[in-house]
Amino acid sequence: MQPSVAEVALPSAGTSADRRAARRRTGSSRRGEGLAGYVFLSPWLLGFLGITALPMLASLVLSFTDYELLDSWSGVKWVGWANYRRMFTDDPHYLHSVAVTLRYALVAVPLKLAAALGVALLLRRDRRGNGVFRGLFYLPSLLGGSVALALVWLAMFSRDGAFNAALSLVGIQGKPWVNDPDWALSTLIVLAIWQFGAPMVIFLAGLKQIPPELYEAAAVDGAGRTRQFWHITLPMLSPVIFFNLVLETIHGFQGFTGAYVISGGEGGPVDSTLMYTLYLYVAGFTDFRMAYASAMAWVFLAVIALLTAVIFSTGRFWVHYADGDTQ
Amino acid sequence: MNRVLRVLILAAVVAVVLYPLMWMAGSSLKSPSEVSNNLSVLPREFTWNNYSQGWSSLDMPFGRYFLNSAVIAGATVFANCASCLLAAYAFARLRFKWRGFYFAVMIGTLLLPHHVLIIPQYLLFNAFGWINTPLPLVVPKLLATEAFFVFLMVQFMRSIPRDLDEAAKIDGASPYRIFQYVMLPLARPALVTTAIFSFIWTWNDFFTQLIYLNDLSHYTVPVALRLFVDSSGQSLVGPMFAMSVLSLLPVFLFFLAFQRLLVEGINTAGLKG
Repeated sequence: MQPSVAEVALPSAGTSADRRAARRRTGSSRRGEGLAGYVFLSPWLLGFLGITALPMLASLVLSFTDYELLDSWSGVKWVGWANYRRMFTDDPHYLHSVAVTLRYALVAVPLKLAAALGVALLLRRDRRGNGVFRGLFYLPSLLGGSVALALVWLAMFSRDGAFNAALSLVGIQGKPWVNDPDWALSTLIVLAIWQFGAPMVIFLAGLKQIPPELYEAAAVDGAGRTRQFWHITLPMLSPVIFFNLVLETIHGFQGFTGAYVISGGEGGPVDSTLMYTLYLYVAGFTDFRMAYASAMAWVFLAVIALLTAVIFSTGRFWVHYADGDTQ
Repeated sequence: MNRVLRVLILAAVVAVVLYPLMWMAGSSLKSPSEVSNNLSVLPREFTWNNYSQGWSSLDMPFGRYFLNSAVIAGATVFANCASCLLAAYAFARLRFKWRGFYFAVMIGTLLLPHHVLIIPQYLLFNAFGWINTPLPLVVPKLLATEAFFVFLMVQFMRSIPRDLDEAAKIDGASPYRIFQYVMLPLARPALVTTAIFSFIWTWNDFFTQLIYLNDLSHYTVPVALRLFVDSSGQSLVGPMFAMSVLSLLPVFLFFLAFQRLLVEGINTAGLKG
């Protein structure tokens, strides 16, 4: 790196005692810095208040009313917990969308992480060509969330798609996977697993941090590859597994684009791809039931917060920090 | 592990990762008769017809959607870089009251699913008359609402030696001058990472653009692409592939140009926390 302006233009910084003395001399600088802090932070503060905090409060209030998009505000009534009660007692679509989302996340997240870890283990040693593999495998993570890829999936797993063409080569009669209520969600899970590259890159970085001496010592003690994996790699990698688990779970619960495109925006066939966020969109922006959708959003937030809390609190039992600090 | 086995597995993974992309690209060059039910990547006979047909088969030439997407992505890149840099400088270098609290709040919004905010924000921007304009997509970014980038830049700035701004401070430089002459030049790598990720995420974003842009002339590329399904005649499968390929091209080119930066970007943001 070339020397910066400051390094060239400014004389040496002196000792920290000098610096403290200097700061005392410029007595007003502290206050100036405090003011500057708020000046630099003001866009963020404004955004946090105006676009995050207040709208969140507004949606909480809204969730206890019967507001619909085209209503005039004067006719809006307070309905108490009615929206929330309806979700769990009087709306089969809602409960179904919860089940779909859980099934999606519970299958897609572990498989995606397993694929990511498996491939990362294959690439951990420094070999020629690893950089190319790493880049190639990361590519789906950049492209996979797009509408274009969802369209490709739709075409690939349709009745006349490439997948059935491949099956027919080995004599298996395929089916229209994306139109089959039993299989449509599975095509979305495959699309999620296909994007294993991002957690893989994070696993690779984590693997590089494990001191090689551990393996050398274990090998001297006669531990084979399998034992080394269970007793060194997995425990040493557990903070990274933990990080990926939190990230991918939150990510998994929010899947929208694939489900929207494959089902034409309706969550079909027979609600089988009605992911939670897709139903929220349908309720709010197709049916204009904004109050109900707000209630759904708050339940969603509560569940994600709870889930994150559960992962964090169980982390104590299985996440191993090398410096012995378990907090 | 056995070296041959390792190579075989890697080759299989490469095939699985690349096949859908190659199949899409190959299918975009196939004639209608072989486009749908064809396993092979290469077309039997090449044709560019799908591209010309796809470009004009929706009500407006596809270039219009590209322009709309480019405007929104460009504005978002600028907005994210500017606003997140300001916020990050405050968090990383300046001392002021409540800084720790604000920082914790900012980290909290990192995990906040944006679906929770979409309805009240829609009502707000609707009241402003901003539906069918790029404003609801860009203005929030001007206010540093992408906490991920703030965090990324804070992490980066913390790695810049403090001696530099301490020295400037002793020479009487104000926080504003330090920002301009020390931080801004040194933070360039973090700005580049932010710009690239901002571009790719905005280019691929579907949910927010679907909600705020309802008028055909304001559609972006992803919102327009989905129309190929709505008007689902089998004859449009080829053009659909062609426009899908074009829509991914900018992201792919960014990937080729900045591959290492992208891969390292998720590492710094992910692991140093």
